[in-house]
Amino acid sequence: MATIVAEATGQAILHEEHEQSFLRKYIFSTDHKVIAIQFLIYTLFFLMIGGLLAMLMRYQIAWPARGELPLGGIFPESMVASGYILPEFYNALVTMHGSVMVFLAIMPMLVGVWANYLIPLQLGTHDMAFPRLNMLSFWAMVPAGILTLASFFVVGGAAGAGWTLYAPLSARPDLTGVGLGQILWLVALVFIGLSSILGSVNYITTTINMRAPGMTWMRMPLTIWSLFITAILALLAMPVLSAAGIMLIFDQTIGTSFFLPEGGGQPLLWQHLFWFFGHPEVYILILPAMGFTSEILSVGSRKPVFGYKAMVLALVSIAFLGFIVWGHHMFQSGMNPMLGLTFTVSTLFIAVPSAIKTFNWMGTMWRGNLQLHSAMLFAIGFVAMFAIGGLSGVFMASTPVDIYIHDTYFIVAHIHYVLFGGSLFALFGAIYFWYPKMFGRMMNETMGKIHFWLTFVFFNLVFFPMHGVGMVGMMRRIYDSTGYAHLQGIEDTNAIITWAAFGLFASGFLFAFNFFWSLKKGRKAGANPWNATTLEWQTPSPPKHGNWEEVPVVYHGPHEYSHPDVEDKDWLAQNERPDVVSPAAGSH
Amino acid sequence: MAHAATAGRVPERGLDVYTQKVGMWVFLCSEVMFFAGLIGSYVVLRFGAADTWAVPNEVLNVPITAFNTFLLICSSVTMVKAFAAAQAGDQRGIKVYLLGTTLLGATFLGVQVYEYVELVLHQSWQGSHGFTPAAGLYGATFFTMTGFHGFHVLLGVICLAWATIRAWRGHWGADNTHGIEVLGLYWHFVDLVWIILFTIVYLI
Amino acid sequence: MDWALPPNYSTFGVVIDQLFWIILVITGIAFLLVEGGILWFCLKYRGREGAKAHYTHGSNRLEIIWTVIPAIIIAVLGAYSALVWDDIKGSSNRPADALEFLVVGKQFEWNITYPGVDETLGTADDFTVRNQFHFPVNEDITILLESEDVIHSFFIPELRVKQDAVPGMTIPVWFDATQTGNFEIACAELCGLGHYYMMASVTVHSAADFDAWQASQAPAAAQ
Ligand code: HEM
Ligand SMILES: [Cu+2]
Ligand SMILES: [Cu+2]
Repeated sequence: MATIVAEATGQAILHEEHEQSFLRKYIFSTDHKVIAIQFLIYTLFFLMIGGLLAMLMRYQIAWPARGELPLGGIFPESMVASGYILPEFYNALVTMHGSVMVFLAIMPMLVGVWANYLIPLQLGTHDMAFPRLNMLSFWAMVPAGILTLASFFVVGGAAGAGWTLYAPLSARPDLTGVGLGQILWLVALVFIGLSSILGSVNYITTTINMRAPGMTWMRMPLTIWSLFITAILALLAMPVLSAAGIMLIFDQTIGTSFFLPEGGGQPLLWQHLFWFFGHPEVYILILPAMGFTSEILSVGSRKPVFGYKAMVLALVSIAFLGFIVWGHHMFQSGMNPMLGLTFTVSTLFIAVPSAIKTFNWMGTMWRGNLQLHSAMLFAIGFVAMFAIGGLSGVFMASTPVDIYIHDTYFIVAHIHYVLFGGSLFALFGAIYFWYPKMFGRMMNETMGKIHFWLTFVFFNLVFFPMHGVGMVGMMRRIYDSTGYAHLQGIEDTNAIITWAAFGLFASGFLFAFNFFWSLKKGRKAGANPWNATTLEWQTPSPPKHGNWEEVPVVYHGPHEYSHPDVEDKDWLAQNERPDVVSPAAGSH
Repeated sequence: MAHAATAGRVPERGLDVYTQKVGMWVFLCSEVMFFAGLIGSYVVLRFGAADTWAVPNEVLNVPITAFNTFLLICSSVTMVKAFAAAQAGDQRGIKVYLLGTTLLGATFLGVQVYEYVELVLHQSWQGSHGFTPAAGLYGATFFTMTGFHGFHVLLGVICLAWATIRAWRGHWGADNTHGIEVLGLYWHFVDLVWIILFTIVYLI
Repeated sequence: MDWALPPNYSTFGVVIDQLFWIILVITGIAFLLVEGGILWFCLKYRGREGAKAHYTHGSNRLEIIWTVIPAIIIAVLGAYSALVWDDIKGSSNRPADALEFLVVGKQFEWNITYPGVDETLGTADDFTVRNQFHFPVNEDITILLESEDVIHSFFIPELRVKQDAVPGMTIPVWFDATQTGNFEIACAELCGLGHYYMMASVTVHSAADFDAWQASQAPAAAQ
């Protein structure tokens, strides 16, 4: 708040061109592009941490009785004792894997990185509306990350009540053995909320008010649309999580009992608050990915996005519906079953826009001239995998079926098809696609393609069988499934999943290698290596501080590829003057 | 090349409203959801409570809080006056009204601190001494909601104090009113939230 | 590798499984359409030097088709699901003269209180057994589900029953087993360190066996 006021008073306006110190330029920078790169490094680091936690978890699930954890000796006795992962550590792994991935890796990578990088560039403006607020939104993530990592090493270990933090488990240290670790994570969440809200204010304001001349709403690239809608979701959902998180902290520390029945509180109130945030959150985690996919598919197919208007409408309706479906996470929670019915209806309806988008992506590829480079492969992979995640959602939205599959590995499969096969595939695609703009060099294609195929194959080997394990009835978040009669016979599947998971994790390092290797050795990119139309490609790679010598003027829609009236090339940049190219081409 | 400078300088193609104001409106939407989360929880807990809810009059000092409410409403009026003075280029008015708003806000906080101290130290609650956040759902919701509101007032007072200092340096004027207007938006919002809280916590 | 639903032994399970297979077929077809389409496009429209893509911004007709068809399928599925759900969970469909048990979850065990020979809870002949749930076959059973500490989830896979147990609430759950046999109650909601072993045995008896079992327990519990 103070910063908005500060910038309103005119202080920020007086940035003359001057030599910037290293600190100003790379650490406490207010340049949206630098902040985006800071976010990128931050989130890639946490992606690796989250992956590491998952590997430990998978080891335990596949071989619960074996012990002999490789390198188990490097962990403190409170986590791994004589080669055995302890149950308390396992709970911390499940909890922090989900929490780190959602809040410190995927969400800031989708929004912190790409909203920052792309909004000013694709809208044709010099920077965000509030550059210092923007810097703050990155620096608020730093304490969050530190608290998260530190929480593993405090007495009692890291939070262990699941990423959904269901009370009373999350509120009562006496029932989990986790005290400080849980509080640290909640405080981290408050910082994340702050970061996300500050960021959203910026993204929304910039989009509303700072578009280049001629950049009408319906000429905005779908990336911008999706990031804009996402920012609205985050703006309205994150504060609810912050409020709930603060109440939970109070329950733990100062003796309130919001969620504790002994003191008159209501455990289900937590779930309602959490999922009121949580469902919009899952769309925060997918909408930007949908935007990147639309963009990359269009460029890679050399065709306009099929049904641009429908795509925008679908985004908007998802945003509305996203706020009234939260109860579908609570069908078996003890909530009034008749309330469950209304949530079934809204949930099924929210599947419709997802279907529309899937078909429109296929429409975009139809009769295209497909350039199957790494970015495009990941974008196509996104469509293929997201479709599976959407379809498994139908099972769960059908309340009677959900009775059986709720809280089983079927849900775990669903989550990962939408979040890994969906969001992360699109993110990999986005990185391959915009890397040349960010760093001025291309990532290596051969390594990129190998990375795609390894990821694609291992991903499906890991997560497709989880549907099966879920059908058999394996519960989520269990440390050892071998004691149950109904779970006999899935040991082999679990072992295969674990081996594939190791492969999936390992293929991430190929990506990391490519990322750093290409910084120095990658082919020089030039301003527009993909022959793309949107504004960010019409300025040098990487763009200078301030992005443009002169603010561009927009004449065309965002995805004008293969326009029949344009000769010699198959694309028409948004800022190309119509009279120069062709009079007829100006109509869109 | 003035990069951050675009805010407000380059002709804007969006709404016919300057960027900082849009930013504040957007931010306030988020604040609405924050308080909606707290107030919504309060409603659910209060109406789901097994035993009867305490009568505000018997626990809280309603008269003094009513007086405090009056102060805050006055401060909204002085805030409006400060903005009007800025638009008119009335330097004396800017100083007087900004200072007045700051002092009213600070007094509100002082009274709230006094109220808290009295409650925690001297108010009895269900037979025991001291009404604290641990005093059942009633105490928990009371302190959480009013406390977070107080925190917002505190932020506002800090910004106001700073704006007042700048007023003395002659910073504001007819050509420089945005900061006061944006701050005013925030301040009116905080005021509005208080009127809602006062009604549901102290009156019904 | 055995990726199937476990055999079903309850009346509700029949419809649940049926719905599961219906959805599997529908989504399976959609799956083949989408994945097949993507693969086909990748092969057919693979980029060639000098080729130019077909320029189109979309087709309202096609888009309406692929909005309306999924919407209809989904609406029908939703309506059918709602009916089944109401049958299973709707409070108006709670069986009136069911045999009632009290099931209380706590870290990390299930305590089952039996109604005793008078078949009513809350009387002197009630008795409680830890981690053993016995009940008769082909009879409406209602459990009153509670929790002492955190949220647990009462899950009997073979009966297709799952319901969270929430501290501070008493939640009725009813079902009707169609065959005798031995199963397990699993806990499906993370509830702490021992979540993974929070298991109880389930024995579905014939009516006569159940009476005999209850009689054998009652005196022991009465002491
Ligand atoms: C196509 C439409 C979708 C439908 C109909 C749908 C439906 C559902 C339902 C009913 C559940 C609750 C299942 C249960 O706990 O029993 C669920 C869980 C979940 N969904 Fe979806 N979903 C859809 C798309 C998505 C997308 C796009 C994302 C994220 C990017 C997502 C992420 C999740 C996550 C993370 C959970 C699990 C939360 C947890 O309990 O930990 N879903 N989904
Ligand atoms: Cu959801
Ligand atoms: Cu459990």
